Amino acid sequence: MKNEIISLLSGVIVENDFSVSFATLCQCCSVSEEQIISMIEYGIIEPLEPHMNVTYWQFSGDCIIRIKTAVRLQQDLGINLAGTALALELLDEIKSLRQQVHSLQRN
Amino acid sequence: MQYKDYYKIMGIDKKAPQAEIKRAYRKLARKYHPDVSKEKDAEEHFKEVGEAYEVLKDPEKRAAYDQLGANWKAGQSGFQPPPDWDAGFEFHGGTTTGDHVNAADFSEFFSSLFGQRAGGFQGSHQAQHTRGADSHAKVFIDLEDAYHGASRSLTLRTTVLGADGRPEVKNRTLNIKIPKGIKEGQNIRLQGQGSPDISGGKAGDLYLEIEFNPHSIYKVKGQDVSLELPITPWEAMLGANIQIPTPAGKVDLKIPPASSSGKRMRLKGRGIPAKVAGDFYITLEIVLPDKLSEQEKSLYQALQREAGNFNPRAKLGV
Repeated sequence: MKNEIISLLSGVIVENDFSVSFATLCQCCSVSEEQIISMIEYGIIEPLEPHMNVTYWQFSGDCIIRIKTAVRLQQDLGINLAGTALALELLDEIKSLRQQVHSLQRN
Repeated sequence: MQYKDYYKIMGIDKKAPQAEIKRAYRKLARKYHPDVSKEKDAEEHFKEVGEAYEVLKDPEKRAAYDQLGANWKAGQSGFQPPPDWDAGFEFHGGTTTGDHVNAADFSEFFSSLFGQRAGGFQGSHQAQHTRGADSHAKVFIDLEDAYHGASRSLTLRTTVLGADGRPEVKNRTLNIKIPKGIKEGQNIRLQGQGSPDISGGKAGDLYLEIEFNPHSIYKVKGQDVSLELPITPWEAMLGANIQIPTPAGKVDLKIPPASSSGKRMRLKGRGIPAKVAGDFYITLEIVLPDKLSEQEKSLYQALQREAGNFNPRAKLGV
């Protein structure tokens, strides 16, 4: 095993990025424009403001994380986009229910 | 090196037909997928199952592995495959046959058996792009770190290709700045700290998902923080100025007279800091002393006689 120590790194909070361009989104997530368009069609993500010309589309930083999760689910579990969209929605719901249970338990 | 019982990992019999292996894999992959599972070791399990499947789904590799297993006795420590363990088996190149698993994540056991043959250790999705894959990790921080910012040291275990083309495990220690104001579930992106690109392009990014360690006194929801504040019956009735803790330090709180248990108070902007900072909520909880002295008891009895007209159950109709 090798050890390597790197000095203090600072990054950016992905979710605080309020507008990510279409091109940046593709690049960050290593996906094609077509893949992103299909994800929008299935309601997995949506652009901040609908615009006729896709090159002007802007997205919130959360979309990066959501697309990456969607890609992992698709590749690892072999589910199609409709299934991925459903899985993501259910996961969101479970997350908020878990939070509620947690806060009720502590009361 | 640890011998890995791939059948045990998959929870199947050594004689299981190929179709059953596939079924078992799919079920376990869903169960342990890091995006789905809440189990602590989900990621480890997921990788292990992926590795087991990589071998068992391929009849050639499975047969070779079975022959090896026949000579292996449980309880033996230190495993080394015999030099000609795979004699008589023909392998076909490109071992990661389509499915989703990233061979670079596999164990030393796997690479010692199949490593050199695997030819181009790369995940299926890395190949299409001119940059390395992004990596992900979870970081646990304290709520106080989100208030003040902090630096955290994190050790990532990654498998990289050595000079001889064989994968080797490398520990990477990163010192990471946790930005002030980060919320639970948010991700920090560190550019160029993901996997290196095999063809010499840019390295991928590292994404760190932030989770808060459970706190002994505060609860966090989004950027709001709340505290249950115990007070005495006389503080509740008469009002009081008391000191309360917040993650940013102690503050003075004025409790208005006649505050019932369960009353919620808000300190605006004292939640997790941001341009529009979160709020700090206080829920009052009246706490009674365990025991009363004779004199205290008689004072309460005097109070009972004096305040006899007060009926807190009037709304209940009794």
